[in-house]
Amino acid sequence: MKTESVLEKVFASGELAVTSECGPPRGAVPEKIIEKAKMLKGYVDAVNVTDNQTAMVRMSSFAACVFIKQLGMSPILQMVTRDRNRLAMQADILGAYSHGIDTMLCLSGDHPHFGDHPMAANVHDIDSVQFVQMIKDMRDKGKFQGGDDILNPPKMFIGAAANPFADPFELRVARLAKKINAGTDFIQTQCIYNLDKFEKWMEGVRDRGLHEKVNIMPGITPMKTVGMAKYMKNRVPGMDVPDEIIKRMAGVPKEKQPEEGIKISVEAIERLKAVEGVKGFHVMAIEWEQKVPEIVERAGLLPRPTIDL
Amino acid sequence: MITAERKPMEELIECLRPYNRILLVGCNECVTVCSAGGRKEVGILSSALQMAFMKEGKTLEVKEMTLERQCDPEYVEELVIQIDQVEAVMSMACGCGVQEIARRFKTKPVFPAVNTEFMGASERPGVWVERCQGCGDCVLGLTGGICPIARCSKRLLNGPCGGSTNGKCEVDPDIECAWQLIWDRLKALGLEDRYEENIAAKDWRTGRGGGPRKIIREDLVK
Repeated sequence: MKTESVLEKVFASGELAVTSECGPPRGAVPEKIIEKAKMLKGYVDAVNVTDNQTAMVRMSSFAACVFIKQLGMSPILQMVTRDRNRLAMQADILGAYSHGIDTMLCLSGDHPHFGDHPMAANVHDIDSVQFVQMIKDMRDKGKFQGGDDILNPPKMFIGAAANPFADPFELRVARLAKKINAGTDFIQTQCIYNLDKFEKWMEGVRDRGLHEKVNIMPGITPMKTVGMAKYMKNRVPGMDVPDEIIKRMAGVPKEKQPEEGIKISVEAIERLKAVEGVKGFHVMAIEWEQKVPEIVERAGLLPRPTIDL
Repeated sequence: MITAERKPMEELIECLRPYNRILLVGCNECVTVCSAGGRKEVGILSSALQMAFMKEGKTLEVKEMTLERQCDPEYVEELVIQIDQVEAVMSMACGCGVQEIARRFKTKPVFPAVNTEFMGASERPGVWVERCQGCGDCVLGLTGGICPIARCSKRLLNGPCGGSTNGKCEVDPDIECAWQLIWDRLKALGLEDRYEENIAAKDWRTGRGGGPRKIIREDLVK
C-alpha cells in the first residue's frame, strides 16, 4: 500500500468503491457541511470536498475536509490549480495530511470566467498533470517540487479527473495515459450519461492496459428534472447527454421526474459494473445528497466494506 | 507586434481637463500597424479632443508628432524641441513608449491614450490575436508551433482540459482550443507520439516570475 487511504484499501479489497461529493457552503456555516456529510455516512467510502467549485467562493475544501474527518469519515481533498501557486498548494497538502487527510483529487478547475469572481487573476502555475507529479514526488521521493527534502512527507492517494466526452475524442485515452504516467492512482470521471461512448472509451483504455494501472470510477449524477437534463446537455462544457435521456425525463410528469432521474442513475451503475476496468462509482448528487444512500442501495452497492480508519 | 486599442474618449478628456496645451505623440511601429496610435490616429484623436473641448467652451491646443520608435531614446529625444511649449504629453504608443517619455522628461506629465494589450499577430484585416506571453523559455518546439501559455485559457502545458468542444474553448466559443490546434499540428507533422511526453512544470523565473527582466548583450554594450 502506498498510503493509509480508505479508498486505496477498498480498491485493494477488490470491492467496487463508492465515493460521493459535498460542496462546502458559501459562508462560515460549518453545520451545513456536517449535515450534508452525515447523510452519506455508511453509504460511501470517501467523500470528495470540492474546491471553489464553478469558480465561486466557498468555504475552503481543506477546512470542510477537517469537519468531515471529525465525523469519522474519509474526506477527499479536491484542489484546483486555478487559485494557488505551487507554494500554496504544497503548504495546504502538508496541512491537510497533518490533519489526517490522505486522499486528494487534482484538478485544473473551472475557469474564473464561469464564477462569481470573473475579475480574479487565475494562477495556473502548474497544470493538473504536473500537479499529480508534484504530489507523487512529495510522497515517493519525499521532495518538494522545488527539490528540497520534506520532513515526514505526506502520503497522499492521488486522484485525477477524466472526461471521456471532451474533444478531441481520439486524445481522451492519451490524456488519461499522461495522468497515469504522472502518478495518478484513481480517476473520477465526468458525469456519464452516454454509456455507449463511455464503454468505447474504456475499450481504448483496456487496449492499452491502462485499466491495470489506475482505478477508474465513472461519475454518476442523478437528474432532478428534464430542465436540469437540458441544461447539462446544452450549457455544461464537455457534458454528453444523449437525446434518449432527455426524452425519458420529458416523458414522465414533473413530479415523477426525480424518480426517473434516480432510475437512470441506478441503471447506469448496474450496466457499468459489468465493464472491465470499472473499479467503483463516484455518485455526485449535486445539492441532492440525501438521495445518495437510495441510489447506492438500489444499485446493490451496500453494505460498504468495513475499513479501519 | 505589440497590440493596443485606444482608450475611451471620456477617459482621455478627463485626464487632459487641467491643460490647455498638449503634445500628442504617435509611434510609427506596432501601434501604427494595429491602427491604434500611428500618424493617422494621432490626427483623428487630435481633432476629436479639440472638438470635445470646444463643446465645453474651452480650447485645447494640440501639437502632433509621430516618432519613428517611441521605445527608443534616440527618437524620443526629438520631442525636446516641442516639450517646453506644452503642459502635458499624451502618448499613443504602447506602454513602453509612454514610459520612455516619462523617463526622459522628468517634470512633464504624460498620459497613455491607448491600452496596451498583447503580443499578437494579425489574423485577418481588423482582427488581431494573442500569440505570445514572453515567458522567456519558448516551448513552441515541443508544441507544434502553437503556444499553450498564450493560447490556452488555463495555460495548460499538458492539455486539453475537459472543456474542449468541437475545437473551441469552454471560456468562449470564439476562442480556439489551443490543444486541439496543437494536436492537429502534431498529427500533420507525424509527431503524435510527442503528445504523451509529459511537459514538466515550468520555471517562471524566465518570465515575470523573476521580477522585471533585462537583456544585456555584452557585444553591443558601449
